[in-house]
Amino acid sequence: MVETLITLAAILAGAAFLMALYRFLQGPSSADRVVAFDVMTIIGITGIVLVAYMEGRGIYLDVALVYALLSFLGVIAVARYLERGY
Amino acid sequence: MDLLGALLLVAGAAFLFLGGLGLVRMPDVFNRIQAGTKATTLGTLLTLAGFACLRPDWAVKLLLIGLFILFTNPISSQVLARSAHRAGAEKSPLTGVDRLAEQEGRPS
Amino acid sequence: MIRLVIPFTALYAVWLGLNQSLAEDVLWLGAAVCLVLVWLFREGLTVFAEIRLSPRSLMATLGFTAYFLRELVRANLALARIVLSPTLPVHPGIVMVHTGLKSPMGRLMLANAITLTPGTLSVELQGESLYVHWVNMTTSDTEAATADIVAGFESYLKVMYG
Repeated sequence: MVETLITLAAILAGAAFLMALYRFLQGPSSADRVVAFDVMTIIGITGIVLVAYMEGRGIYLDVALVYALLSFLGVIAVARYLERGY
Repeated sequence: MDLLGALLLVAGAAFLFLGGLGLVRMPDVFNRIQAGTKATTLGTLLTLAGFACLRPDWAVKLLLIGLFILFTNPISSQVLARSAHRAGAEKSPLTGVDRLAEQEGRPS
Repeated sequence: MIRLVIPFTALYAVWLGLNQSLAEDVLWLGAAVCLVLVWLFREGLTVFAEIRLSPRSLMATLGFTAYFLRELVRANLALARIVLSPTLPVHPGIVMVHTGLKSPMGRLMLANAITLTPGTLSVELQGESLYVHWVNMTTSDTEAATADIVAGFESYLKVMYG
């Protein structure tokens, strides 16, 4: 039961990732791509924690935390860059 | 406890899915940011809570990740919305008013 | 000086949470790192000390958190209804609202809360004016929009930050 539910959650998150990827490739504007990228990294955090759970390795949680930090800084940096021209 | 965790996980993933769907379906960049930021924040908080139920020994670290996302996610969305607006991003023709463009003396 | 105690405590709590150990070297190293960080960024960190430390403020913080979580869930259910409906019922607009909050941190918390609540997204903050993107705009009037979007959070934040 628990296994099935976890698989279902992984499929839903994977589908969400693919839809964000569609928006990332489709655009049309740079801001659209950055939103899609932001969503993809946040789904990626869930993905990393899922891998940590499957493998039973708590050290991957630190990877997820650093990933969250870097994606935040990345989005801010790109947004500041976009403000100066499209 | 495991079952509760798995259910929270599915609920969170469902919100992530809705966020992705919103990202594809919404008509302009501001609406897409709305869909993206709200759904991923709640979705990730729920999945992290789910994992915390599955592995109670990880709860503190998962809580830190959750708090970090709760505080940074709206900030990055807001900065992104602002830069999109300043760069003159196209708005859906459904848009009623744009007080910010009016205030800046740009056509809305 | 006292204003740096709050960011130091918060940083130290994060350090202990990450290490999950109370070994002597972990405690001392964390204290040293947090002290250096707080000292290096002392100018920028004062905003974290704008929160008032009083029982009333603590109650308001709890109330704010509960209200915020409820609104976050409501926001997502409203969003789900829009995204799942075939006609995609959106009538967006960017409206101006006012805030009476003086503290920068209070304003940041307000802007963040607005971003995560039903159908609204903070776009720009200019002094006392906030520009908010609204997925289903019900009014373009500043006073009415302020009552609708801002008032709920502001009553808590006024107690917490002034």
